[in-house]
Amino acid sequence: MAINKKAKDIFASPVASAIAVIVAVLWTIPTFGLLVSSIRPEQDINQSGWWTFFTNPTFTLDNYTQVLFQGSTTNPPLFQFFFNSFALTIPAVVFPITLALFAAYALAWFNFRGKDTIFFIIFGLQVVPLQLTLIPLLQLFSKGLVIGGVTLIPDLGITGTFIPIWIAHTIFGLPLAVFLLHNFLSQIPRELIEAGRVDGANWFTLFSKIVLPLSVPAIASFSIFQFLWVWNDLLVGLTFGGGVKQVAPMTVRIAEMVGSRGSGWELLTAGAFVSMIVPLIVFFALQRYFVRGLLAGSVKG
Amino acid sequence: MINTAFVAARKTPWEVIFPNLILLIVSLAAFAAIVYLVFLLASRVNVRVQEWLKYAVFLAPAVLLLLVGLVYPTLRTLVMSFMNADSTEFVGFDNYVWSFTIPEILIVLRNTAIWVLVVPILSTLLGLAIAYMTDRMKRPGIVKSLIFLPMAISFVGAGVIWKFVYSFQPNLDKPDIGLFSALSKAIGVNPPNWLLEAPMNTLLLILVMIWIQTGFCMVVISAAMKNVPDEVVEAAMLDGAGNWKRFLRVTIPMIRSTVIVVLTTTAIGTLKVFDIVRTMTGGNFETNVIANEMYSQSFRQMNYGQGSALAVILLLCVLPIIAYNIRQLRRERTER
Repeated sequence: MAINKKAKDIFASPVASAIAVIVAVLWTIPTFGLLVSSIRPEQDINQSGWWTFFTNPTFTLDNYTQVLFQGSTTNPPLFQFFFNSFALTIPAVVFPITLALFAAYALAWFNFRGKDTIFFIIFGLQVVPLQLTLIPLLQLFSKGLVIGGVTLIPDLGITGTFIPIWIAHTIFGLPLAVFLLHNFLSQIPRELIEAGRVDGANWFTLFSKIVLPLSVPAIASFSIFQFLWVWNDLLVGLTFGGGVKQVAPMTVRIAEMVGSRGSGWELLTAGAFVSMIVPLIVFFALQRYFVRGLLAGSVKG
Repeated sequence: MINTAFVAARKTPWEVIFPNLILLIVSLAAFAAIVYLVFLLASRVNVRVQEWLKYAVFLAPAVLLLLVGLVYPTLRTLVMSFMNADSTEFVGFDNYVWSFTIPEILIVLRNTAIWVLVVPILSTLLGLAIAYMTDRMKRPGIVKSLIFLPMAISFVGAGVIWKFVYSFQPNLDKPDIGLFSALSKAIGVNPPNWLLEAPMNTLLLILVMIWIQTGFCMVVISAAMKNVPDEVVEAAMLDGAGNWKRFLRVTIPMIRSTVIVVLTTTAIGTLKVFDIVRTMTGGNFETNVIANEMYSQSFRQMNYGQGSALAVILLLCVLPIIAYNIRQLRRERTER
């Protein structure tokens, strides 16, 4: 460790550090500009650059109150979509992680034929573009599945509710979740599992008494991952929401505001920032776990 | 459907939120109750029943969902790509012929190719450079956090942020509100209408994706660099290798597999991106990409055949990556 530090000190070059700092500043300016604009009065945003804020500071929260609480009959206020984003995201994190943890446990510790094949297929499914599944999956939700006159899945009448979005996110989140959690669960020492078996624990108590408590860090990492993914998603919310405003997440509303002429920058900047605030809090508070999840997904040990 | 939407639009936000909140709570409670009951019952039945019950409880739900929700739809889309707009008749390769002959779609394919080449290469190079520079910094935390931050922002949010940066003021005498226009004037160049002029606009959209992805590349590569043993680096140093040489001959080869993972992951992510294009230009002005055109064909034109064909083309693009990844994983497993 000491040698490591020393070596780094020798290499440390002020020029490289300076460049890194400059890049970091450049990287932040666009977001910072949005934040500054969102607290300027409408007139100022549209008539002068946000950087003039520093020579001529004007401050207001009107943009936020307006975008959050003022709506029309056709366009509900943003706080309704804010709620929707939460209502969409929580089950869309809980469901896939629970099911993936189950499957990962089975794939890591049960002995059965075809186990590796299933694992490889799930691994391969990770990268199948969502686009391939959209139309058939939508038809499943709206019409059910009938093959050769036999109804395998009936029309459940759930279009226009949160349920199709939850199910879609669960399905799309599963492959990565199974893969990551499997990698984690297969590292549990064999002795621990075997000791549990010898003590007479069945596979179910083994799961709840030993495996579940041990997987908490992995669950935390993946939850953050899935949370950000679902919260920031546009495609699934747009297609599986049935085009209905009662269930649309904030991303759908913001995208719509960008497209419509009626919303000026004062509402767009504030609205975009509202949609970013939760991920930003999660990101800064739990960055360590987020990075860990990211690394588990892309770097092999 | 239109009817319910119309009625719902008249409800106040609270009238919409309340039943949704009930549905949320009931669904979560039901899910928890089912899981709890299944466990309770399953751990009480006799051992022989448990032996098959364990597959039904642990493995079956995920496998069934994936079969119904991913495998079946993928196969169905393959079939639909050979059928007409409303999937009532087979049309052979017509949709594919359409994809590769209509000038508009050729532009879409060209743009996608540009995206998938430029984004992974530039983000990885930038990420690599920043990882290397911060690797030797005393307190890289804040620098890395700031560069990594766009990863937490939605593509839609990023689209708004950058649309503001690129905003254009047609009246030259009025002050600019867009950063790019202001900078351009500051160096004495009349700003172009950034998002309208091809092919520059595609590159500007690509810049947004690079802005997002660089943080990811940096974090992953940086972690790999930390794993390069110090002895190796020191040995190279004692051999008289300079900074640059050491980087190229020692560091790069040792993190090679990570760099490939980063490149492929970014490439896959880039192929699927449609939010940025949709938010910033709506795919107009020659900026369209496959993922966005697939959406328009399927859900605006309601042409399931052409939409499916575009989706299949996306799949064909990622197929080699899937094959490569599976081979890598196989190799790793046998090494273990």
